[in-house]
Amino acid sequence: MSVAEIFETMTYGPAPESPAPAREWLAAHAPALDHVVDNRPLPPREGEYFDSIDPATGEPLIRIAQGGADDVDAAVAAARAAFGPWSRTPGHVRARYLYAMARQVQKHARLLAVLETLDNGKPIRESRDIDVPLVARHFYHHAGWAQLMEQELPGFGPVGVVGQIVPWNFPLLMLAWKVAPALAAGNTVVLKPAEFTSITAHAVAELARRVGLPPGVLNVVTGDGRTGALLVEHPGVDKIAFTGSTEVGRAIRRATAGTGKRLSLELGGKSPFVVFEDADIDGVVEGVVDAIWFNQGQVCCAGSRLLVQEGVAPRLLAKLRARMERLRVGDPLDKAIDVGAIVAPVQLDKIRRLVDAARDEGTPMWQPSWADSLPAGCFFPPTLFTDVAPSSAIAQVEVFGPVLAAMTFRTKAEAIALANNSPYGLAASVWTENVGMALDAARAIKAGTVWVNCTNLFDAAAGFGGYRESGFGREGGREGLYEYLRPRWETAAVAASPVSSPSPTPDGVAAPAGNGSIGSNGHRPDDPDALAVGAVPAIDRSPKLFVGGKQVRPDSGYSRTVLAADGRLLGEVGEGNRKDVRNAVEAAHAATAWKTTTGHARAQVLYYVAENLSARAGEFAARLGAATGRADGGARAEVEAAIERLFVYAAWADKYDGQVHATPLRGLTVAVHEPIGVVGVACDDGYPLLGFVSLVAPLVAMGNAVVAVPSERHPLAATDLYQVLETSDLPPGVVNVVTGDRDALARVLAEHDDVDAVWYAGSAEGARRVELASIGNLKRTWILGRPPRDWLDAEQGQGTEFLREATQVKNVWVPGEA
Amino acid sequence: MVTATPSAVEERRVPSPPGRNPGAPLDLGWVREAQANRSAAERRAATMTARRTVKKDWQAAWLLRAVTTIDLTALAGDDTPGNVRRLCAKARQPVRQDVLDAVGAGDLGVRVGAVCVYHNLVAVAVAALAGSGIPVAAVSTGFPAAQIAHAQKLAEIEASVRAGAEEIDIVVSRAHVLTGDAQALYDEVRDFRAACGPAHLKTILATGELGTLRNVAMASLVCMMAGADFVKTSTGKEAVNATLPVGVVMARAIREYHERTGHRVGFKPAGGIRTAKQALDWLALMKEELGDRWLRPDLFRIGASGLLSDIERQLEHHATGRYAAAHHQPMV
Repeated sequence: MSVAEIFETMTYGPAPESPAPAREWLAAHAPALDHVVDNRPLPPREGEYFDSIDPATGEPLIRIAQGGADDVDAAVAAARAAFGPWSRTPGHVRARYLYAMARQVQKHARLLAVLETLDNGKPIRESRDIDVPLVARHFYHHAGWAQLMEQELPGFGPVGVVGQIVPWNFPLLMLAWKVAPALAAGNTVVLKPAEFTSITAHAVAELARRVGLPPGVLNVVTGDGRTGALLVEHPGVDKIAFTGSTEVGRAIRRATAGTGKRLSLELGGKSPFVVFEDADIDGVVEGVVDAIWFNQGQVCCAGSRLLVQEGVAPRLLAKLRARMERLRVGDPLDKAIDVGAIVAPVQLDKIRRLVDAARDEGTPMWQPSWADSLPAGCFFPPTLFTDVAPSSAIAQVEVFGPVLAAMTFRTKAEAIALANNSPYGLAASVWTENVGMALDAARAIKAGTVWVNCTNLFDAAAGFGGYRESGFGREGGREGLYEYLRPRWETAAVAASPVSSPSPTPDGVAAPAGNGSIGSNGHRPDDPDALAVGAVPAIDRSPKLFVGGKQVRPDSGYSRTVLAADGRLLGEVGEGNRKDVRNAVEAAHAATAWKTTTGHARAQVLYYVAENLSARAGEFAARLGAATGRADGGARAEVEAAIERLFVYAAWADKYDGQVHATPLRGLTVAVHEPIGVVGVACDDGYPLLGFVSLVAPLVAMGNAVVAVPSERHPLAATDLYQVLETSDLPPGVVNVVTGDRDALARVLAEHDDVDAVWYAGSAEGARRVELASIGNLKRTWILGRPPRDWLDAEQGQGTEFLREATQVKNVWVPGEA
Repeated sequence: MVTATPSAVEERRVPSPPGRNPGAPLDLGWVREAQANRSAAERRAATMTARRTVKKDWQAAWLLRAVTTIDLTALAGDDTPGNVRRLCAKARQPVRQDVLDAVGAGDLGVRVGAVCVYHNLVAVAVAALAGSGIPVAAVSTGFPAAQIAHAQKLAEIEASVRAGAEEIDIVVSRAHVLTGDAQALYDEVRDFRAACGPAHLKTILATGELGTLRNVAMASLVCMMAGADFVKTSTGKEAVNATLPVGVVMARAIREYHERTGHRVGFKPAGGIRTAKQALDWLALMKEELGDRWLRPDLFRIGASGLLSDIERQLEHHATGRYAAAHHQPMV
């Protein structure tokens, strides 16, 4: 076309980014990329390689090593050897390495961007302008954390050897999100890139070698899911950090259950994009483009569910269709392309299947007029489904493609209900010019990130991660750093006693079989102190379960015997079962007002509990003394410690506030600490009252509702305590107590899909079962007691660690007006 | 590669003139419904200019197109008949013929969109442009601040039209916008329109002084309802002049007005547009938000004085492959 012709037609011409330097890089590394262990190439022991393909052309780029067991062993061994020296490297020195990495990423930005686009198919404009700058930003930001850690986080050290598994949609960016905080905190890393997109991890490993990162600190093992599984199962790994599908996340949770490995999961999503009628509709249209056609929709937090207030839906959808008509799909290396190639044929097939199914079930589908004339290669047109029913698969299943499901709502309440009608909770976007409406919706939608009048904004200073089945753990910001930290006392305790064991029981008495013969009046039949005939017996006490603020009899109709330390019959408690747990969870959900009760009000309740407990301190001490056999001084100390602990969390109730993050957004990025919801708690036996209070109080202080299974051996402290709770203005359902077989009840809680988290203090086997059972809804689990925790020790028994576990961080991004 | 080109295909035909905008009754409900979220508009502006680029022959052609949309402007206190005549000569031959020939555009008849001057110099410009077909635009109504009596404004418009101006760039009373008095703004602009007679009415909103983008959107709508043929961002004298986010909002208002009334209104960013790259960004904004029909001088103008010389340098670079010197381009 001549200049004169273009002058008339005003078309866009080709604007290709040259792949030549990237191809030279590939040629220099041909024919294959080996693993990188100890900063050196490590050929796969089994000699197996596979092709990495350019999805835009189908052309093989280079061969990639398929990691086997020996390769993973070698990488983990290298990381283990490097861990000691690296973890002792001063923060300033680690900061220099990370700073150098950031600079290297900037200096080689274009090469990284072009390699990424060749391998993944994403538009060069996105890899160049979004992904790579964010990669550099993450290394910079975490260079800062390495520098500051010793002063800012004095009680914490690294976790150890971290296995990191990243997905194919943002290969470099996810690498940076994982590697930068891990190294900043002093961990060493074995990274497993996604099989479709392993190339840029090698480029980063080269940069690491160039800056002189010590051998073994960052190792790369490539391969498919089998390699990932080997890494997950490897006994030498202390933590797994995974980003990917919820399905694989479940498999990883299953594989790591009971191993003591720390776990963070960033999984799938079906994120709502909520448009209120007063929104800037043209602005919304561009927001939708950023939400669902960014990276071909292959974004875990893609705004794939468009929820529009009914009155403006026709107008918005008309504008959206016009905008879709103008999207440009094609060669990812073209700088004026909006939508590039889908990563691989298998993903394209998955998208097609879901789209076909939705169309076949009669959901109206719209694609631009040019949708049938896409280039050869892995391309899929932008696709809009309207009038989508919440029951349709296209409304529930993560497509991971350029496919938008639109539905309407009538009111804010319905918008929030629809937004939350998903197993996921990764992100949400809310559009309105009404700031109150925006903030209400942001608080009510269950998601780790809520963008107001914007979408898909990321920054190293703000945490990113999911609620619900979108996973747990955060990446970015202070909240993300904790994923790679461990309290120093814990590290020291592990070092002192390599074998994990359950929580210490100061009495050391073996657990009694709770099913002895039915005694009478608290006396064994052969008790020489048995009352003489005609004397007045004590009134039989009947501790019950405490559910929804009421004392209820156990569903089973059975009681379990509680023995004193000396073997005497101390009393009986209800034998709770599945149905009692079910009822307790329902009662906890009914206590919804607690999460919005002010911190000040929650504090008053906790202080009042402490006050009322104090009034009965003598009685509790006597009861504890009889149960545990500890001298009165020890029992009294436990009661006093419990009272003080209540004070601690009453104090925290209005102080564990969030943070305003220093992101580049002009406006506010606010990290809010929200309660997790309904939390199951299983207590250990060491300190029946203090243990119970130490677990329940922080949860209650943060606004959660709790279903607690008290100490199995010494449950009477908890059943006595509910009488205190009853008189302390605690709303019904906030704390529920179900006595019985702790591990069996904990498992029911862990399996329950409407329980949001479980804290378990007990045996190793019980912990394993809880973690295994948690995969149903991928609830957060917190295993206490590995290593054993001394409840009397304030460092181990209370504080912000508990508050972090009792909350989840939601980052709300609110841009300013001017 | 698939590109969204149906509108481009349509534009292969010579577009019919848009016709004048007859205006519409003031619809306050429509005006108040307007929303313009600043961060979203900024994001759109930033994304669009990064995601759209033209290279090589496409860049040359687009730059030539940009030249045809320039309102070549002289609005300084020291303007004289002499420098206005020079300006008009440049308007007739904005790009060196050898450069045009080298890029294969020698016979496209490339000339600027208009010459824009103060009332006092209208007659000089009209004489200097005689026979060129290039219209003279006069800034008017107490440009730039609009702080004179309404009757004087009408008289100024009429005088400029009598002097031969075919386009009148009026300034709106910012007070009407800032106090939310849509009716007063509508009445004012409707009077201006009547005073223009056959001359085209270009309404300058002075967006840098309107406070919010929503005010920009509402003022754009009111001016179009009152019969503006163009809405224009700025006088060039405000602290902040034409910015892309403002352009996004005004272009969307024009689109909305076209969709609802069927009338096409032109758009003119002015002030601070000095580089060829900026000109390409504005063209891309027009193409993306309004479509190809808005890429011609009857519906799009760039108000600028220094822009042309940068475009000339880029075109010479395209023709020769060497980076060009400013002093090789004939000055205004």
